[in-house]
Amino acid sequence: MSGWDGHLLGLVAGVGAILLVATLIGAVLRRRVPADGAPMVENFNARVKAWWAMVALIALAFLGGKTGLTVLFALCSFAALREFMTLTRTRRADHWAAAASFFVVLPVQYYLVWTDWYGLYSVFIPVYAFLLLPIVAVFRGDSADFLGRVAETQWALMTCVFCLSHVPALLYLSIPGFEGGNILLIAFLVFVVQFSDVMQYVFGKLFGRARIAPHVSPSKTVAGFVGGVLSASLAGACLWWITPFSFVQAGLIALVITLMGFLGGLVMSAIKRDRGVKDWGHVIPGHGGFIDRLDSVIFSAPIFFHMVRYWWSVT
Amino acid sequence: MKHTAARLTAMLIVLAARFITAVRGIWQGVEPVPEQRIYFANHSSNGDFVLIWTALPARIRARTRPVAGSDYWLRSPVKTFVIRDVFDAVLIDRNPETRREDPVAAMTEALDGGASLILFPEGTRNTTDARLLPFKPGLFHLARARPEVPLVPVWIENLNRVMPKGEIVPIPLICTVTFGAAIRVAPDEDKAAFLSRAAAALLATGSLEERAA
Repeated sequence: MSGWDGHLLGLVAGVGAILLVATLIGAVLRRRVPADGAPMVENFNARVKAWWAMVALIALAFLGGKTGLTVLFALCSFAALREFMTLTRTRRADHWAAAASFFVVLPVQYYLVWTDWYGLYSVFIPVYAFLLLPIVAVFRGDSADFLGRVAETQWALMTCVFCLSHVPALLYLSIPGFEGGNILLIAFLVFVVQFSDVMQYVFGKLFGRARIAPHVSPSKTVAGFVGGVLSASLAGACLWWITPFSFVQAGLIALVITLMGFLGGLVMSAIKRDRGVKDWGHVIPGHGGFIDRLDSVIFSAPIFFHMVRYWWSVT
Repeated sequence: MKHTAARLTAMLIVLAARFITAVRGIWQGVEPVPEQRIYFANHSSNGDFVLIWTALPARIRARTRPVAGSDYWLRSPVKTFVIRDVFDAVLIDRNPETRREDPVAAMTEALDGGASLILFPEGTRNTTDARLLPFKPGLFHLARARPEVPLVPVWIENLNRVMPKGEIVPIPLICTVTFGAAIRVAPDEDKAAFLSRAAAALLATGSLEERAA
């Protein structure tokens, strides 16, 4: 076992400890809270339970290495794209373009990441897919709301596939002195962003009065935003020892990705609101759909990838 | 051998349906309990009964038989295997000129055997913009023949976008199957009144789904 494996094990054990505490708090709350607070407690317990499953899943994927993580995020992309396309106003004439998005574009993007073909995977969706899919759609000869339909399909691919594929892409960066440790970049990104989401929820529930964007998201509060971003940035800084960054660098990077994560959550909330739904799906009990859990990762992953690539990687 | 192949195919079909549609059953008007029922649903895709079947809990699924048109399903050996051995469907000939058995008699016999039924009273797939096509009278005659069996309206949402008539490749989209409150035929109710009440119950189940989502 290399030193990096020990770090990863330590982080997973730490997350396990946090979940254990959360589970105990949930059990105490269930006994103490009066009936009118019960739905919130049940939601909290459902969330914690789902977290156990999600942590177990990603830990399993860590064992599977590059292939395991690429497959896991490809499946996450599939589930996210399924939720996104459900809310689009695509018509019969988009059938081929939509089918191609799921069964050609998505697998090809992840295959390119898996084979480390940076030059192609970084342009495959924004150049090739974005030009070819409208061509496929136009052959069906239906011009009603054409721009809207094309734009919705492209944004679905951009967020659910392109952005998310930058998570496994982190495994292929060559950072001098950090060989064999890239898996920890994913652990750092996912932990910091999700910890920020959790702390936003906790601070929001405990001290949240003023809503930060009442017209877009009823659940985001000023206290949640400040508390979540600051505590997750601090947590990120404290994790500098598992990264190639210094304490200050890790804190600044964590600040950037938590801000991106928060803003990503806002953007995705605006889309939900426009389409009149509360959650993207129902697959993850207590949380909603895959996009509800991944929106912050979607917006922070490409930025994190390019920061590390530009300043630390030699590729 | 054939039995094992059928069990295996059933498992694969349920898995594929979950992968493509992440289907979720919403039990709004009735509970998922193993009582005998007639589920009647809107029909827009050949996958409709597969979706209802997948949304049912396994122990209920095992005792639920779809009603399907033999004129469509007995056309090829693969279709015949799927509809007969995998789904154990009650096959009826929709064409009055060629049929030898009364469809209502076939369905009544299946009910007397203890099975629940899935049936599509529109009779054919709806490819129009209307929410429902006019109901065929079979539902009324069946309800009159076995008035003690509750009729549960089932609204299937989105499957027509997953696999529109004529397309070969399905698009993965989230589907829901909503089970509404059961209805029964009243003793003095005539055919037209009952059919319009049944259609209204199904449409109401569809709008329940919209509020739930």
